[in-house]
Order: sequence, then structure tokens, then C-alpha cells
Amino acid sequence: MMLSAVELTKSFGSTQALSGASMSIAAGEIVAVMGPSGSGKSTLLHCLAGIIRPDAGQVLYRDQELSAMSDGQRSALRRGEFGFVFQFGQLVPELTCLENVALPLRLDGHRRKDAQRRAAEWLDRLEITDVAGKRPGEVSGGQGQRVAVARALVTGARVVFADEPTGALDSLNGERVMRLFTDAARTSGAAVVLVTHEARVAAYADREIVVRDGKALDLARHA
Amino acid sequence: MSIGQAFLGLLESQPRHGYDLKRAYDERFGSDRPLAYGQVYSTLSRLLKHGLVTVDGVEPGEGPDRKRYAITPAGVADVEQWLQQPEKPEPYLQNTLYTKVVLALLTGRPAAELLDTQRAEHLRLMRELTRRKTGGDLADQLICDHALFHLEADLRWLELTAARLTELAGKVRG
Repeated sequence: MMLSAVELTKSFGSTQALSGASMSIAAGEIVAVMGPSGSGKSTLLHCLAGIIRPDAGQVLYRDQELSAMSDGQRSALRRGEFGFVFQFGQLVPELTCLENVALPLRLDGHRRKDAQRRAAEWLDRLEITDVAGKRPGEVSGGQGQRVAVARALVTGARVVFADEPTGALDSLNGERVMRLFTDAARTSGAAVVLVTHEARVAAYADREIVVRDGKALDLARHA
Repeated sequence: MSIGQAFLGLLESQPRHGYDLKRAYDERFGSDRPLAYGQVYSTLSRLLKHGLVTVDGVEPGEGPDRKRYAITPAGVADVEQWLQQPEKPEPYLQNTLYTKVVLALLTGRPAAELLDTQRAEHLRLMRELTRRKTGGDLADQLICDHALFHLEADLRWLELTAARLTELAGKVRG
């Protein structure tokens, strides 16, 4: 398995978000994480991505334990191997869409020209070459999410974490983003952890995990 | 689904032989359930009897003669009326899933497991339809989306029922 959570527990104050959640994801696999609001699905995603540290349990990425790494190692991992897509693109408003996609490469020390060339290829793959010179405030919600997907994949990320990536979009734009996102991830061989409460979005994945009362369940396995 | 009216609509766009009509129907509306030839010819003979179609020409060939069918003005009026009439929305008030949940609770069986198993099955079919949709043309997308929205509605009901199971158990066992 490429990425695993083993018996994670996590509390925020007196609220127990995770209570022994385990799941794993293979290389190139797309897994939907579903569950009612407050079930702990976003907390599980944040633990898997090394954004928050679980109170107990382990997160293993290619047999390395995330909590055993230094902060520097963890952020290098997040920058190089992981990609992120959130509900609202979280693009840098002052940069153009092309510069937003090129940003992770620039932070990684790539030359400007090389970074922008690769970013332009990703805009093309996501069918949004026309927004390259625009700033995030000038593009539609669906286009902005496609820019965010391009930014997540441009580094050659091995795992993309997506938290309600279509949550702010209407059905038609949501479908388009999901089709392009999953196509792009499959082509580049990236695994995807897709948190969503929408079944039609989850249906783009290879399988689903349901988070309920802080535990992760594979319902199909018991069926 | 009214095969008769679908035939009339297809014939209004152009006269066709019985076989061409079946093929056009299967391609557009048949999905994975093509029409049987018996169904095609019994429908056509009913439309003929009611004066909604007419035989436009006969070509002799090997085996039975090939008849070409055309729509009549009465047929056009029939299609027109059918298209203008709204379909009755399905209320789905007699539902097998609901019956199963109530019976499971009534007999002390694990209703939550039943809901989970159903949920997994629904999502499995939704993934299959999504794959078909993403690889298909616009017609495939439309028909798959129709099915996907209905399955999603079922799934939301499954989730809501799972959340209300304790309350429902109390009521059922009264």
C-alpha cells in the first residue's frame, strides 16, 4: 500500500473526531471518503496528508511513518509528493492562473520558464488554456477548480488530497471538474483521496470508504 | 415507456422499414434492452389499425416483403398530444427498500447492515454508470445522468434512514 492510516485517534477538546480509523490506498487508486458532516472525514484526510498529527495511531507513506518525520521532512513531502485541492480553489489572488499552477515548481527551485511551460501543459490537459493570463478573481468557479487540480498535479504528485472539490459548483461544472480531474490523475498515475458527501462525485472513484463515528468502514467488503 | 409513440416520433422524422425502425429505437432509446421483433410488428400493426401509420410502399425481397411505414396526420396529432402532456411524477410510495427496513426492524434483524449492503450496491452501480458516461457521447451522458440522479436520491434516503433507525425501530415495534 502506498498510504495507510492505522488506528488513528484524534480529539479536538472534548470532541472525538477519529476513534480508531484505519484505511489504505494503493498507488494510482482513487478512493472516495464519504460520511455525514462531523463524522471525521476531513480530519482523516488532514491526518493522512500530514497536516495534523493524530493523538494515537500511525500514518505510513511508502513505509515511512509521518509522525516520526521532522516538520521540515513533512513539509517537503507535502510539497513534492502530495497535491491538494480544496472546496474553494485557494489560489493566490495576485498571481495569474498560469503563475498559480507554476508556483509549486517555482518553490521547488525550478526556473521560471521551465515551470511556466509545464504549467501551460497542465492548463491544456484541463482544457483551460484561455485562463492562463487571468487572475483567479476573473475566472468562473469551475475554471478555478481546474486550475487548482492543475496546480496539485503539476509537481508529479503521487497522492492528491481533495476535500469536497466540487462542493461550491453546480452539477454541470462539478461533473466537468470530476471528469477532467480523475482523467488527469489516472493518466499521471497519482492516487487520489477524495472527500465528498455527494454520491455522484464519489462514483468517479474506484471504491469508497465511509467514515462513521470516527471509524473508517469499507462497506463493500462486508457486502 | 410508450413504444408506440416513440415509433410515431421516429416515423415523423422519416418513413422507415420495420427493421430500420427497430434499429433506430434500439440505438436511441433501447439502452441495453433491445426490442424483440414480435414487439416491433405487433406495435406497428396496432398503429396501422388505428390509422396512425400507413404502408408507404412494399419492396419484394427474399422472405417476406419489406413494408415501408409512414406517419399519417392522425399519427402526427397523436405524437403532438403525447409530447405536450406532462408525465405523471412517480411518487415511489410503495418501495421495496422501505418494506425491507420495516420488516427487519419488526423481526429484530440488523436493519443497519441491510442499509449498508444496499448502499454499497447502489454505489457500485453508480461507478459503473459513471464509467460508461465518461467514455460515451452526449446521449450516453444524458441517459446515465438520469439513472445516476435517481440512484443518488435512493442513496440519500438510505443515509437519512440509517440516521433515523433508532427512532424508526421504536415506532415499528410500538
